[in-house]
Amino acid sequence: MTTQHITVTVNGEAHEADVEARLLLVHLLRDDLGLTGTHVGCDTSNCGACTVHIDGESAKSCTMFAVQADGREIKTIEGMADGAILHPLQQAFWDQHGLQCGFCTPGMIMQAAWLLADNPDPSEEEIRWGISGNLCRCTGYVNIVKAIQQAAGDMAAAADVQTAGAAPVAAG
Amino acid sequence: MIPGQFEYARPANLDEVLRILKDREGEAKLLSGGYSLIPFIKLRLAQPALLVDLRDVTGLADIAETDDHLSIGAKATHRRIHEAPIVRDRYPLLHDVTALIGDPQVRNWGTIGGSVAHADPASDWPAVLIATNATIVCRSQTGERTIAARDFFVDTFQTAIEPTEVLTEIRVPRRPRGAGGAYEKLERKVGDFATVGVAAVVRLDPDGRITTAGVALTGVAETPFASTDAEAILAGQAPSDEIFRQAGAAAGAQSRPAGDVRGPVEYKRAMAAELTLRALRRATERALANA
Repeated sequence: MTTQHITVTVNGEAHEADVEARLLLVHLLRDDLGLTGTHVGCDTSNCGACTVHIDGESAKSCTMFAVQADGREIKTIEGMADGAILHPLQQAFWDQHGLQCGFCTPGMIMQAAWLLADNPDPSEEEIRWGISGNLCRCTGYVNIVKAIQQAAGDMAAAADVQTAGAAPVAAG
Repeated sequence: MIPGQFEYARPANLDEVLRILKDREGEAKLLSGGYSLIPFIKLRLAQPALLVDLRDVTGLADIAETDDHLSIGAKATHRRIHEAPIVRDRYPLLHDVTALIGDPQVRNWGTIGGSVAHADPASDWPAVLIATNATIVCRSQTGERTIAARDFFVDTFQTAIEPTEVLTEIRVPRRPRGAGGAYEKLERKVGDFATVGVAAVVRLDPDGRITTAGVALTGVAETPFASTDAEAILAGQAPSDEIFRQAGAAAGAQSRPAGDVRGPVEYKRAMAAELTLRALRRATERALANA
């Protein structure tokens, strides 16, 4: 059995590993790095429960080999909160009850985060298309869409505050 | 599902890829985005001895218009193609199809070259490339050759690519004045493979008659195919719903669908006819707007 030596940065922390080429990225994350927030749902790239960001692009980590992530930056659900302060998307899923069983939630939040980075003010239709690669079998999506709408508003407001706060300094 | 074992290589350039393909002829598969190949390996539908990762091969992802065609590098992702200004402004057919392949994550990583080389009988790109009379460029150690899209899709998951070749580029003929195209896809749910997909291209002369038409279907035969009967009906005619319906009926009759979870044979033939009508209508609107 030959292995490949890889280096990946996960949530800002560098990890090295010797992996078989056939090891899927999701198994590297869950089994080797202990980051079990990324879920394996369908295992066939349909459901999106395993969604993570790789170099800023959302990807299904069950359909990528760990060797393909060599040298790349990965972000998982564990990298979203700032200590005890939830990411606005996590808070919004809580506030809007954007989950029932919660299995799809990590992937749903990661995909929503990618969507909002690409399009900070999406329409409802754009949100629905944006999460079309993520399946939820409980909620009917209504509260998930509301949560993403809330987070988009909260994140825009936070950005405004930062800009306003920075202005006097810039002026000074 | 744990994939079977394979060797892995990540060559630094195309020459190195071509050398490996020659040395290990028939044993290697190329890895790009992986969204077609990895599910296949997991399901044991493909068991390559060696995967050759194209990640470090540069210069294969450009999108640019030349004097006679739009050149799309094989490693261009569906999303990059969708967002390319030249595609958005001038090639609405390509803009249509790149919004309908898989889902956002798949479009972030999946590539046109990978999709075309995989040749799923229900995938979207092949119908578009056949309808537009695109050509597919392949390289090997002995040089480059071009293959017409109409000759490329040999059978289910089988193409005209030789084991020693790499698909490097897709060339879509430059869109002339008076031409328009559209892609219509019927799917059970968003992100699914097509139950039926129809790509149509219509070219109008200054009098508004159809000089040539391209009609290609996916999901309704062992491989995507051109409905030559529909194309023959349309050539030389003034566009109308009547003639589009005749072309749709011909396309349905030329289909050879298999009954499966996406519907019985009769239903798929009827949908092939209906989607052909709709694609021709929209292609014609776009051709008129581009007169």
